[in-house]
Amino acid sequence: QGCPNQRLCAAGAAPDPAEAAELRTRLRSVKHTVLVLSGKGGVGKSTFSALLARGLAARDDKQVALLDIDICGPSVPRMMGLEGEQVHQSGSGWSPVYVEENLGVMSVGFLLSSPDDAVIWRGPKKNGLIKQFLRDVDWGEVDYLIIDTPPGTSDEHLSIVQYLSAAHVDGAVIITTPQEVSLQDVRKEINFCRKVKLPIIGVVENMSGFICPKCKNESQIFPPTTGGAEKMCQNLNISLLGKVPLDPQIGKSCDKGQSFLAEVPESPATSSYLSIIQRIQEYCDLQHSQEEKII
Amino acid sequence: LPLWSAERSNLAGVQHVLLVLSGKGGVGKSTVATELALALRVAGKRVGILDVDLCGPSIPRMFRVQESAVHQCDSGWVPVFAHQDKSISLMSIGFLLEKPDDAVVWRGPKKNALIKQFVSDVAWGELDFLIVDTPPGTSDEHISTVEALRPHKPLGAILVTTPQAVSVGDVRRELTFCKKTGLRVLGIVENMSGFVCPHCSECTNIFSKGGGEELAKHAGVPFLGSVPLDPQLSQSLEDGRDFIQEFPKSSAFPALAHIAQQILDGTSPRSS
Repeated sequence: QGCPNQRLCAAGAAPDPAEAAELRTRLRSVKHTVLVLSGKGGVGKSTFSALLARGLAARDDKQVALLDIDICGPSVPRMMGLEGEQVHQSGSGWSPVYVEENLGVMSVGFLLSSPDDAVIWRGPKKNGLIKQFLRDVDWGEVDYLIIDTPPGTSDEHLSIVQYLSAAHVDGAVIITTPQEVSLQDVRKEINFCRKVKLPIIGVVENMSGFICPKCKNESQIFPPTTGGAEKMCQNLNISLLGKVPLDPQIGKSCDKGQSFLAEVPESPATSSYLSIIQRIQEYCDLQHSQEEKII
Repeated sequence: LPLWSAERSNLAGVQHVLLVLSGKGGVGKSTVATELALALRVAGKRVGILDVDLCGPSIPRMFRVQESAVHQCDSGWVPVFAHQDKSISLMSIGFLLEKPDDAVVWRGPKKNALIKQFVSDVAWGELDFLIVDTPPGTSDEHISTVEALRPHKPLGAILVTTPQAVSVGDVRRELTFCKKTGLRVLGIVENMSGFVCPHCSECTNIFSKGGGEELAKHAGVPFLGSVPLDPQLSQSLEDGRDFIQEFPKSSAFPALAHIAQQILDGTSPRSS
């Protein structure tokens, strides 16, 4: 059971020229690719990826794809309300699972038959599946490909950057929470991006303060003891895309597979998310127009 | 005795090895590992922590020893001694990095090699408990750690989750990992379970509530308790302070102390 093409999972070496060409062909129809990264786990990468995808797909004329390469802990299917869905194969490859007509999703979660199934794979097997996700999924014409990643700087991250080198990546959005325990890992991720020459669109500070619904006083549950993302971005000369406060409704809507942006439009967290999404869209549009000038 | 055996090894003086796992990232594995170590210390136990999170090593900072370096001795690597009285021994890749912001961008085989060294080459000496803090997931680090520890018969694993379904969904898979690798599940901890506003005492379930307890029931494993969100705990971890000694009245203290007590009860000579 598990992946339908297990025997095709090869060792995770850099793509050979033929493979690179194959990936380039498949990804030619993708206009913008954004990676969502963090050195730290549990800061809200999947939450953000899901909302970014939904936010971008709010425009009917845009085609959005959400690819979840967290092989051990695939959160995206649940967050998109697609638990229990399976992947179908067609002549042109694997079909993504569609939330809306213009929003398709792919995740290892769709390949597992039970919620208790564990994917206990070493690096090479994980790399093989990631390559398949890029090569065999028939996304069609896509305006935005959002890629959700697991925490860290390991096989999945090296591989996705290597495989995507055949295509164009607009950049990475890095998620953090305010406290130093997160920032110390996020700085490593930023270093990783610089090492592999992945442009950084900016940083999002999640779980940035909590406003008590009863007395309206603010508590810093994850205290920014070293200045939070703001200070880090200043020090490293990176854009701070925005700060998102804690809102219990975020977790709830993720659990229910609903869009927080649609369910709780009046939340301060919603305005933060929307403004951040807007900035990412603007960044991508700028890349596009710069490329057109070069061509 | 054969040339190599568990009896001769660097873990020969360690009474109990226990792992802290979670399928999910950011739920509080390192926090639970740290607080458990501090609580066991108060109970008079000699404790060590082995941090096998190679990409995001949190343990050094949580004990305010992030500047420390590792030295060698005849039997291997000397652990870093933390706490005012040097009563807690630590090993982490954090101590081996030249610059703290250096990313460890390693594929599986290199990670596996270091983990094997961490398990066999650290001269822990006599310890009552060795707590192994892990990264999230079910991959190279976890497979290698369990394989390397197998001859030393670990006591088992504590699984940490936060209450919401998205976390519990990953931790279910970690339970399968434990089953498949023959690792006993000592119990589940539900962390970040509710937040009591320090201004008005209103409790808000920021990350929902009850998911960890339900999972324990569903899976037939012990439920070790719910730990609430506690800004004083977060602050202690940031500053590398001893939360257990310094903040016994704080909201997370009772639950953390109770977890430690259950581990002690499970390993006392009377229990078998």
